[in-house]
Amino acid sequence: MTETADLKELYRRTVLEHSREPHHFGRLDSADHSATGHNPLCGDKCTVYLQLEDDSIANIAFEGAGCAICMASASIMTDTVHGRRIGEAETAATDVLDAFDRDAGIESLHGDMAALGGVRDFPTRIRCATLPWKTLAAALLRSPETVTTETTS
Amino acid sequence: MTAIRNQTATTSLDVEGLRADFPILHQQVNGHRLAYLDSAASSQRPRAVIDAITHYYEHDHANVHRGVHTLSHRATDAYEGAREKVRSFLNAASTKEIVFTRGTTEAINLVANSLGASLRSGDEIVLTELEHHANIVPWQMLAERTGVELRVIPINDAGELILDDYPDMLNSRTRLVSVAQVSNALGTINPLDRILRPARDRGILTLVDGAQAIPHMPVDVRALDCDFYAFSGHKMCGPTGIGALYAREAVLSELPPWQGGGDMILTVSFSGTTYNELPYRFEAGTPNIAGAAGLGAAIDYLDNIGMAAIENYEAELLAYATEAMAAVQDVQLIGTAEQKAGVLSFNLDAIHAHDLGTILDHQGVAIRTGHHCAMPVMEHFGIAGTARASLAFYNTRADIDQLIEALQVAREMLR
Ligand SMILES: Cc1ncc(COP(=O)(O)O)c(C=O)c1O
Repeated sequence: MTETADLKELYRRTVLEHSREPHHFGRLDSADHSATGHNPLCGDKCTVYLQLEDDSIANIAFEGAGCAICMASASIMTDTVHGRRIGEAETAATDVLDAFDRDAGIESLHGDMAALGGVRDFPTRIRCATLPWKTLAAALLRSPETVTTETTS
Repeated sequence: MTAIRNQTATTSLDVEGLRADFPILHQQVNGHRLAYLDSAASSQRPRAVIDAITHYYEHDHANVHRGVHTLSHRATDAYEGAREKVRSFLNAASTKEIVFTRGTTEAINLVANSLGASLRSGDEIVLTELEHHANIVPWQMLAERTGVELRVIPINDAGELILDDYPDMLNSRTRLVSVAQVSNALGTINPLDRILRPARDRGILTLVDGAQAIPHMPVDVRALDCDFYAFSGHKMCGPTGIGALYAREAVLSELPPWQGGGDMILTVSFSGTTYNELPYRFEAGTPNIAGAAGLGAAIDYLDNIGMAAIENYEAELLAYATEAMAAVQDVQLIGTAEQKAGVLSFNLDAIHAHDLGTILDHQGVAIRTGHHCAMPVMEHFGIAGTARASLAFYNTRADIDQLIEALQVAREMLR
């Protein structure tokens, strides 16, 4: 069944595992930074909580309801930046957002994020993958505003 | 209305013949036959409507109501001819009661502005929990401007209005009851007689949002006895950007205009301006003439099939689809009202509607996912959204079968 090949590519096992049992899911009461992101097109919502210590992300959590792509991306995002320095986390967010933004940049995704490469064939789903990372960037900026996938930043 | 339901009409609908009139339906999407199940968001149009628009632009276009030349006459005839078709389709008493708008949303905003101008703090407007945002937000904006208060008729878990306390909601401060005839998110057909009559009895104005009703059943505004009826052309095989507001003449003649400009005036001088007569007073600026011509053609097309026949056919197809969906493991139907139009809102297990939408699209099945501009409905059911398959008379059992098959693939894939 070649016709479902790109669907299987989109919903790889890694993606489904993360989406079913997302890591760092829940509220973080000790958080000192947070931001909420919305995808108005499909109603996805994601709140990222950060507890920063000594310029590092000592603790991270996220809450929200979203599609498998969004939940997996959020779960992988928390794994990726947990314990990392703020500057590194910012760079990671920029790299991921750039990868989804630019043609063929998706090939540059690495680690578990590479499993989300299948969205390349589903342009309407790119927003789902980027929402948690945009929200992370907003939380790091201490931006008081909510972010949406519709802003071109 | 259900009362006009004509059982013999059922078998007389030549759906394959009708499908042949819709060029867009005959294509492959992602390598599959297209199963278009998103007509509640926007319907498709038959060749006759597309041709009417092309013909208008190729032969008759000029501005309306303004010129002595032949083309201007023809454009005016096309535009005013369409108004007469709308009047007849709704069984309104006069074309003075038909105001062309961009669609349902603009029609409701017109009422919110024009009627709203005379409302005061403490006046009340009654809505329902199942309204589309188009019949909520204009009233919230009015409430912010004027202090008008909104009362909301609740729904039960089948998606039906709970009308027990409704008569007590109406009081001397109630100015308007504004309600959808059919819910776009749930398919519920509301019992308009039980909603409109108590309001009429107390002299309270009524508005019916007919966006989801007019494509699927006969509508008679005089039988309904409502004061306003709003609808969109693009949901009834007409073009986008055109729709209309029906308003009872005695009510409309008392309302002030809401937009100013050309066409809506009789005379303008800096010492004062006199407004045009009905309905032109409510149509400022050059209107969507081609859209009206297309809407007129859509009405002719629907009239020719017969709305009662359409209603019957769709009821049969809905019954077939409902049964087929119920047989799919883990499908949860949202909206199980006894009186329903062709809308199937559902969730499949814990699969997010957006994922379902993508997997179905991949198999040529076009459905809508999300909150369907009815977030209060989603809130009632405690869900973020649903997947929604919606039917039109050009859908067949093959479309439903394709949907069911695609749902099985989704279950497999995301298991
Ligand atoms: C019940 C209902 N009301 C109003 C609207 C708004 O219609 P439009 O966007 O054509 O103005 C819709 C469209 O989805 C609807 O379903």
